[in-house]
Amino acid sequence: MTFDKVLSERIERVKQGGAPKYHEKNAEQGKLFVRDRLRLLFDDDFEVEDALFANYTAGDLPADGVVTCLGKVDGRIVAVMANDSTVKAGSWGSRTVEKILRIQETAEKLNVPMIYLVDSAGARITDQIQMFPGRRGAGRIFYNQVKFSGRMPQVCVLFGPSAAGGAYIPAFCDIVIMVDKNASMYLGSPRMAEMVIGEKVSLEEMGGARMHCQISGVGDVLAKNEQEAIAAARQYLTYFPQNYSEKPPVKEALAPKEFEKSLAEIIPANQNAPFNMHDLINRLIDENSWFEIKKLFAQELITGIGRIDGQPVGIIANQPKVKGGVLFVDSADKAAKFINLCDAFNIPLLFLMDVPGFMIGTKVERAGIIRHGAKLISAMSEASVPKISVVVRKAYGAGLYAMAGPAFEPDACLALPTASIAVMGPEAAVNAVYANKIAELPEEERAAFIEAKREEYREDIDIYKLASEMIIDGIVDPNDLRNELSKRFEVYSSKYAPFTDRKHPVYPV
Amino acid sequence: MTEITASMAGNVWKVLVKPGDTVEEGQDVVILESMKMEIPISADFGGIVKEVRAEEGGFVNEGDVLVVVED
Repeated sequence: MTFDKVLSERIERVKQGGAPKYHEKNAEQGKLFVRDRLRLLFDDDFEVEDALFANYTAGDLPADGVVTCLGKVDGRIVAVMANDSTVKAGSWGSRTVEKILRIQETAEKLNVPMIYLVDSAGARITDQIQMFPGRRGAGRIFYNQVKFSGRMPQVCVLFGPSAAGGAYIPAFCDIVIMVDKNASMYLGSPRMAEMVIGEKVSLEEMGGARMHCQISGVGDVLAKNEQEAIAAARQYLTYFPQNYSEKPPVKEALAPKEFEKSLAEIIPANQNAPFNMHDLINRLIDENSWFEIKKLFAQELITGIGRIDGQPVGIIANQPKVKGGVLFVDSADKAAKFINLCDAFNIPLLFLMDVPGFMIGTKVERAGIIRHGAKLISAMSEASVPKISVVVRKAYGAGLYAMAGPAFEPDACLALPTASIAVMGPEAAVNAVYANKIAELPEEERAAFIEAKREEYREDIDIYKLASEMIIDGIVDPNDLRNELSKRFEVYSSKYAPFTDRKHPVYPV
Repeated sequence: MTEITASMAGNVWKVLVKPGDTVEEGQDVVILESMKMEIPISADFGGIVKEVRAEEGGFVNEGDVLVVVED
């Protein structure tokens, strides 16, 4: 055989991955071969791969169980590491780890996004001295991730397990997309949990995709299958610049989806009645431009990126339909990370307020709602991208602060005519101020007294009065809101306002 | 059998179903009043209401069972 034939034959063999039985097993679980995943991720067959022959001499470890390469997503270069679960279940040997480190270093030098397609059983115990503890051991992967955080986008798509130390790859990414049923993350397997702490639990219950996207909040997007997961990763990247020194790409402006009812018609005047905040968001953003992050987690607050006239905008919105839109420990946490994400990559922020305040009571105090709220307020204060807050309906108590109220340097704090800003709502306020007086009144006079005092209070916090005091920067007709936001984001696009001089804050976490 | 639980602490303002009723997925079964807000609690799954544990005017904590539905 001539040398070129030998080479092409060997390349072909390595590119086939592990033994056929492992391919079959994956197919049964609805899992694609790693190279097919890459074909779905990239625009075309343009691909630059390194160390295809890693661990070639071992014979049974093609590419040492990981593909590391560069390709194009939406016309732009990204770096990728992708586990091959047909090779020793995608486990990591010393060359696997070295390959991952090298592609990370390449991403750093090129200043391009780093994508992690994870499907790995974890470390190969037989290789532990070479791959676990040292300077270029697996720990270095996480060190690099922390160093890159906020510099280039880091995206994780999880197709299978991400176990023990490996579970930290998703944890350090900006976003984690998980395939339902197949993806999982855990520090110790169910078998280990039973042995070590005596707990009997299923994998799905302890570390499944749905659990992480709904309850722990470690997962951000739950995908039905691998195709949907990869499509989500591609869409996500379209909102982001290649790195922190660039602005996010602006797409062609599209009109919002058309609805029968106008914004003015869907917002209830009764502050206590719920409505669906998505109905408002959909009327503000370009049609089909919405990408929601943590949709299933802490649903009382909505976080996602949409486009207004083609410009990506990060939206943080209270959802009165769920838990009254009250802020909880998890919603504060969710918003803090989302704000950090957008601010890191120059995506302007829009806060849509309809918030009765932070939750009170024993349960949340024990869960540390004060420090979680502080974390949100700190992230929101520090964000130096263009920030607009809109008081849709109520903004009570610290809810006003957390949602970029006037004291937190939004470029504008606007209000709809339905807005109500106060330390607390009329019901609670009248009760707090006049509790003794009400108790002294004869029973039949109480209701009238309470209603009169509430009315007095409502007049006192009237939104035109707040505009007159210049507490808010303007009152906007809800049907003009999109247009107003579009103009303002354009005006603020040259904003340059670094927060302050220091090494870094003492994060209140 | 599915238990529909309180999503947050509050008072039971209105109970919208009684035992024997058929409920559909997403249908509101109880409205709580908490933080001065109406908090609708809906069924995750459709079925027949087997038991109503929520009492109008009573306090419930997050996670307390309000209604039990049989698939």
